[in-house]
Amino acid sequence: MKTFLVKSARALTVACGVIMAGTAAQAAGEGPHVERQQWSFSGPFGQFDKAQLQRGFQVYREVCASCHGLNYVAFRNLADDGGPGFSEDEVKALAADYVIEDGPDDAGDMFEREGKPFDRFPSPFANEQAARASNNGAYPPDLSLIAKARAVKRGFPWFVTDIFTQYQENGPDYLYGLLTGYHEAPEGFEVPVGQYYNTGFISGQTLAMAPPLSDEIVEYTDGTPMTVDQYARDVSAFLMWTAEPKLEERKQLGLGVMMFLILFASLLYFTKRKIWKDVDH
Amino acid sequence: MAGHTKYVPQSAPAKWLEARLPVISLIRGSFVDFPTPKNLNYWWTFGGIAFFVLVVQIVTGIVLVMHYTPHVDMAFRSVEHIMRDVNFGWLIRYLHSNGASMFFIAVYIHIFRGMYYGSYKAPREISWILGVIIFLLMMATAFMGYVLPWGQMSLWGATVITNLFSAIPVVGEAVVTWLWGGFSVGNPTLNRFFSLHYLLPFVLVGIVLLHIWAFHTTGNNNPTGVDPKSEKDTIPFHPYYTMKDLLAIVVFMIFFSWFVFYLPNYLGHADNYIEGNPLVTPAHIVPEWYFLPFYAILRAVPDKLGGVLLMFGAIAVLFILPWLDTSKVRSGTFRPLFKIFFWLFAFYCVILGWLGAMPAEGIYVTLSQIFTTLYFVHFLVILPMLGFIEKPSRLPESINDAVLADNGKTSAA
Amino acid sequence: MEHSETAEPNRRDFLYLATGAVGAVGVGAIAWPFIHQMNPDASALALASIEVDVSAIEVGQSITVTWRGKPVFIRQRTDKEISEANSVPVSDLPDPIARNLNLEANAEATDVNRSAEGKEPWLVMVGICTHLGCVPLGEAGDFGGWFCPCHGSHYDTAGRIRKGPAPENMLVPPFAFVDDETIRIG
Repeated sequence: MKTFLVKSARALTVACGVIMAGTAAQAAGEGPHVERQQWSFSGPFGQFDKAQLQRGFQVYREVCASCHGLNYVAFRNLADDGGPGFSEDEVKALAADYVIEDGPDDAGDMFEREGKPFDRFPSPFANEQAARASNNGAYPPDLSLIAKARAVKRGFPWFVTDIFTQYQENGPDYLYGLLTGYHEAPEGFEVPVGQYYNTGFISGQTLAMAPPLSDEIVEYTDGTPMTVDQYARDVSAFLMWTAEPKLEERKQLGLGVMMFLILFASLLYFTKRKIWKDVDH
Repeated sequence: MAGHTKYVPQSAPAKWLEARLPVISLIRGSFVDFPTPKNLNYWWTFGGIAFFVLVVQIVTGIVLVMHYTPHVDMAFRSVEHIMRDVNFGWLIRYLHSNGASMFFIAVYIHIFRGMYYGSYKAPREISWILGVIIFLLMMATAFMGYVLPWGQMSLWGATVITNLFSAIPVVGEAVVTWLWGGFSVGNPTLNRFFSLHYLLPFVLVGIVLLHIWAFHTTGNNNPTGVDPKSEKDTIPFHPYYTMKDLLAIVVFMIFFSWFVFYLPNYLGHADNYIEGNPLVTPAHIVPEWYFLPFYAILRAVPDKLGGVLLMFGAIAVLFILPWLDTSKVRSGTFRPLFKIFFWLFAFYCVILGWLGAMPAEGIYVTLSQIFTTLYFVHFLVILPMLGFIEKPSRLPESINDAVLADNGKTSAA
Repeated sequence: MEHSETAEPNRRDFLYLATGAVGAVGVGAIAWPFIHQMNPDASALALASIEVDVSAIEVGQSITVTWRGKPVFIRQRTDKEISEANSVPVSDLPDPIARNLNLEANAEATDVNRSAEGKEPWLVMVGICTHLGCVPLGEAGDFGGWFCPCHGSHYDTAGRIRKGPAPENMLVPPFAFVDDETIRIG
């Protein structure tokens, strides 16, 4: 009886292992394949590259911002610790370039004024309906959280190993893949009108966003190559910052907390052993 | 509980207090002098760990409420306000959102420990049943908490789960409308979930105290399942188990911190960083990981009412577990056949969890059906049967004997 | 182990002490985020200074603006009000301190010290009674200044307490004229 049960248990385990392996391969097939990129902010000691965030902001401002908002980010955040590292004065000047609707004034009317550091990035459209009306019915999403709001399924076994490798960059990896994923559609593939073929898109093979980047579309002044690849990297890093502005603070505090806990746990371990020394257990 | 202490108040104020409210002797009897089997292993620390996480959840939750706005138009933004503007808001929110998962991890280990060592058996049935009630309340609390950030998964998770009640014959629709306070999940729903999400953890604390009271009345179970027979078998709770539990809690905090500081969004779903939109459903509605096995059971049945009944049945069966297990031997250590089925059962649960995350189509449905059947067969067929056909190995005379045998000594030494 | 029995207590005490001390440090460190979260957040601090257009305020008129959630009275006073305020010797005032955050903490409560620097007609102050925090009514009370209806405190035309339970003159917040028409508060 017992051996029979052990055998059947083993058989079941093996069977399920095979099934899982099979479905993992299948799961990897759904959604685009996302290539892992190198990021300065990955891993336990990762930090943002300030120059990269500044370039990424420039790409956002000159390219993305015409359709996409950044509504959870305030101008003042650009000077925050762990961010792109603009100075207070730069932020003031930058904010003043934007027009903010404020009010009502004493006469009850809304009025327009210069942006102040405490203002948030204004949306390019008044509301979702207006955005859809000017974009063939598609709605360009707000980008503040986009790097945390898109995750292609990792599948087995990666979702297990990710815990140990601390892989949290699937957002920027996806964004980079999307921005560099525009290609000629394969022979015989019908691209609907107003849509563009993209191998990196999470829900389908075409999307309504025209290829936003092209070489030298944004003028870098620090000698960084002005290529689609570099723009995509920079703006993806910038969007990771807008989604997770406390990333550096979090990882730094985490290091301290971990070291403390390990120290405290070891002391407790010896204390506990001392206390239990005289007890058979 | 108080009966376990030899505490005699010495000072005049202590005597005065003892005569009016014997709280000191209650605490000493329950958590200081309480005689505890000396052979409890580290699996026994997960009760204390779970309680610790519950306290973390309550403290961080109270803080989050200071900054959160329960309104469909503002909830999502207020959570982002916590993440971006509030001092240490990101830390407190990540502690809370990951803490929910940590609570379930600790409680699941605690439940499986109880199953393996037969802690549900007489005379600890009430403690076990209270535990199942805690589990149910936890699930309700976690579910309602997940709705509060008002992301896409919040909204659609709430929609799907509340719609379960529409399976009730005749009054189902009326019940769902009543739950919603409207004709879809909306602001009234968010507000009542918020209210209950704040209330239930305190109810949980109350039931946890009853749970402890119950097994302090019967005495702890232990890895041998043999009741303590003499003073050699037990040691006072303090300092032995206070230190052991504290060590375990701190080690668990390392694990907890790993997620909070380095993988804060690993256990969550990306779609919940998109504000709730009643016009668009996410492509895959997936509940949080701790609900996945039950979600798989729900989807295993093609019939709406059947699926709901089966899912609730999967938890209801836990209530009668003390009477389904017919074996006279408590601990799985001495039950060779039970051991195998226990690990198989754990395996079914893992597979069901994995199936819950897969789309409800093709092979996955078939597999869900197979493993749902196995889940129920374990409780309703295997456990009752094992008591009759299994030949348990020899039980130790006492806890002390078992410990000494393990350490290679004899009781004479 | 039995041989070291005599040395044991010291080492053990040290271990217990170290563990306890580290634990205490941990508890203290954990407490801080939970305390600090109740302080004003980054968005509140960012709004801590405001700019107000005062070009429309005529002599004898006041406006009330909100600064850090509190009302701030901005008044361009008449000559009569200024001379009334100047006619009182500082020594007669219940609170002889200016309570002007733009000046030294012990500056005297003269009318000049209460008003805007170089622009004596302009009075800018937090419109909160120093008794228990109500908002006083303007151009009211026995001294033609402000009157708090909650517990009957009378303020003069320079916002100084003259009669009633309030202990201090109304607070002058940090402010400055950015140009002739704009005041920055905070």
